[in-house]
Amino acid sequence: MAKDNAHAPRTPPRFSATFTPDVNAEIRRAAATGIYDIRGGGAKRRVPHFDDLVFLGASMSRYPLEGYRERCDTSVTLGTRFAKKPIELKIPITIAGMSFGALSAQAKEALGRGASAAGTSTTTGDGGMTKEERGESKTLVYQYLPSRYGMNPVDLRKADAIEVVVGQGAKPGGGGMLLGQKISDRVAEMRTLPKGIDQRSACRHPDWTGPDDLEIKILELREITAWEKPIYVKVGAARPYFDTTLAVKAGADVVVIDGMQGGTAATQDVFIEHVGIPTLACIREAVQALQDLGMHREVQLIVSGGIRSGADAAKALALGADAVSIGTAAMIAIGDNDPKWEDEYQKLGSTAGAYDDWHEGRDPAGISTQDPELSKRLDPVEAGRRLRNYLKVMTLEVQTLARACGKNHVHNLEPEDLAALTMEAAAMAKVPLAGTAWYPGMPGQGF
Amino acid sequence: MQTYDLAAEGLRGLNEALQAQTAQTNETAWEVVNPRGSHAIAVGLDAPIEVQVKGSTGYYCAGMNQQATVHVTGSVGPGVAENMMSGTVVVEGDASQYAGATGHGGLLVIKGNASSRCGISMKGIDIVVHGNVGHMSAFMGQAGHLVVCGDAGDALGDSIYEAKLFVRGSVKSLGADCIEKEMRPEHLEKLADLLERAGSDAKPEEFRRYGSARQLYNFDIDNAY
Repeated sequence: MAKDNAHAPRTPPRFSATFTPDVNAEIRRAAATGIYDIRGGGAKRRVPHFDDLVFLGASMSRYPLEGYRERCDTSVTLGTRFAKKPIELKIPITIAGMSFGALSAQAKEALGRGASAAGTSTTTGDGGMTKEERGESKTLVYQYLPSRYGMNPVDLRKADAIEVVVGQGAKPGGGGMLLGQKISDRVAEMRTLPKGIDQRSACRHPDWTGPDDLEIKILELREITAWEKPIYVKVGAARPYFDTTLAVKAGADVVVIDGMQGGTAATQDVFIEHVGIPTLACIREAVQALQDLGMHREVQLIVSGGIRSGADAAKALALGADAVSIGTAAMIAIGDNDPKWEDEYQKLGSTAGAYDDWHEGRDPAGISTQDPELSKRLDPVEAGRRLRNYLKVMTLEVQTLARACGKNHVHNLEPEDLAALTMEAAAMAKVPLAGTAWYPGMPGQGF
Repeated sequence: MQTYDLAAEGLRGLNEALQAQTAQTNETAWEVVNPRGSHAIAVGLDAPIEVQVKGSTGYYCAGMNQQATVHVTGSVGPGVAENMMSGTVVVEGDASQYAGATGHGGLLVIKGNASSRCGISMKGIDIVVHGNVGHMSAFMGQAGHLVVCGDAGDALGDSIYEAKLFVRGSVKSLGADCIEKEMRPEHLEKLADLLERAGSDAKPEEFRRYGSARQLYNFDIDNAY
C-alpha cells in the first residue's frame, strides 16, 4: 500500500539569491528577443551613497549658526582658472546635460526656465543648442561631444561655458544611441542625419585621443571663443584621481565627475549597472588630485550622479566639491514618472517610478519624447516653476545643514563634519565610521 | 596684404585679428609667416578673407572655418579644418589624422596625402585628396563628399551614413556597411565639379563610388556580431 504523503511537512518554495525573479525574467526576455536591454536612467542597484553619511552638526566643539537668520552664502564661481568670463551662480546646484532629441523642446525650455529662476545654469546635450533653451537659459553650458551633432561656432560663442564630454557616469567608455522613433524632422536636421534612423553617438572624440591632444583641443576652443568661456571637462566616474589630474593637465577650468547613478537617455542596462563606480567613491579621489596639484578651488569640481536632495548636495560639498549637478532629479521635478500618468505607464508595461524606456519616445509626461501630442502635455512655464521650487528647497536644505555645522558659506563644509554609517561609505568617503575615529584605508593604520 | 609673424607676435593676436574681420573688411589678404607647426592657427574665422600660411602647421589649422579661404603652403597636423562650416582650405603638402573631421560645409583640398580618419564624422564638407588616405577614412560619415585621387586604406567608410565617397585608386578594404555603388550621371557631374575646384586633372570616369548599404540604420542584434 502506497504511503500517503499529502499531509507530510514539505520544504517551502525557496527562491535563489542568485537567480532571483528579476534575473530569471531578464534571462527569459533575452531568450525571447535576442536583444540586450536598452533603457534610460542610471544604475538602479543599491550602491554606497550619500544616505550612508550623516552630518555631525554642532556640539561642544562646534558653534552653529541660527537656522533662519544668519547668513549662509551659496554662491559659486566656476571657471576662475583661465576664462575671462567665469560663471557666477547663486546656488551650487546646476542642471546636467540632457539633449534636445532625448528630451522634448518643452522639457528643455522648462529646464532653462527653472534653472534661470533659481540662479543657476543648465546644459545642452548631444544634438546641439535649441533656440528655446538658449532663450530661456540665463547661463547655458554648451556640451562638446564626440558626435558633434549640431556643433557650430555660432552656438559655441553664444554659450556661457563649454563642457568637453569625455564620458558620463552611466556608461564610461560607451557611446549612446537615439532610436529612430525619436528622430523627428527637427532632430534629424539638427544632427544632419536621415529622419527615423537610429543615431549612434560615438564613444570617443573624432579628432583627439588622450590628454595631450585634449590640451590642444582646449586651446583651439579657447582661441575660437577669445578665451572668454570656462572650459569644463566631464568624465564618467572610473579612475577619478587620474582623470582629474589629466583633465587639469589638459587645461580644464572645471572638472565634472559623473558617478554611475547618473542617468543616460539610452544605453545598455548591462553598461549602466556594471561599468563605472558610485558617485560617493569619486569625490575624495578627485579632490585629492586637485589638492596634490595645488588646484583645489582654483579648478572647480562639479559632482553628479544620483543627487536628489539638499542633503546629498551638502555632503558632496563637504567632501570637497564646488557644486553638484542634477539630471534625473530635475526630470522628476518637472513631471517625469508622475503617478498621475499611471494608467499610461501601465499600458507601456511599466509603472510610475520605474518607467525608464526613455529611448522609445512614448513618455506619457511629454518629457523624454519627440511626439508632438505627448510633448504638448508639458507646460514649460509650469514645469519651470516646479524646477525652480525644487532647486529652492534643495538650497534651503543645504543651508540648513551648513548652518548646523557652523558654516557661513556652504563651501566651508568639510569632511570633518561627516560620519559614515557603513564601512563601505567610510572607505569611499574617507570619513570615520560613526562613533569611531577610523575608516578603512586610513593613512597610518596599516591596512 | 597684411603680414603677421606668428613667431614674433603670438597666436592670440593672430586669431584675434583674423576673427575681427567682417564681410565689409578691406583687409582681405593676410599672410602668416613663421607658423613653425603651431596649433590652432586661423581658427574660428568668419569673413570672406584669404589667409596664406607660409609653412607647416600643427593641430586644428582653420578649425571651424566659415567663409574664409585658408591656404597652407606646407603640411598640416591633425584635424585641419575640423568642423568647417563653409569656405575653402587648401593644403599644399600632406595632412595628418582627422582632416576635415565633422566638417559641415566648405571645401578642403589636400594636395598631398591624408592620414587616417580623413573626413571622420563628416557632416556636409567636401574633401578632395590628391594623394592617398589612411585607414578608417569617412568613418561614420554623415553627409558631404570625400574624393580620393589615390588609394584608400583599410575600413573605408566604416559605419557610414549618407556621405558619398569617390576613390580613383585601390581600396584596401571597406568598413562595415560600406559598399561600392553605381556611378550615375549626377555623381560624375558632382565629381567633375569637385575635381575642377580642387585643381585636379583626374577624370571622373576613373573613379568608383562608395556609400552606405543602409543595413546598420536600425538597431539589430545581428549587427553586433
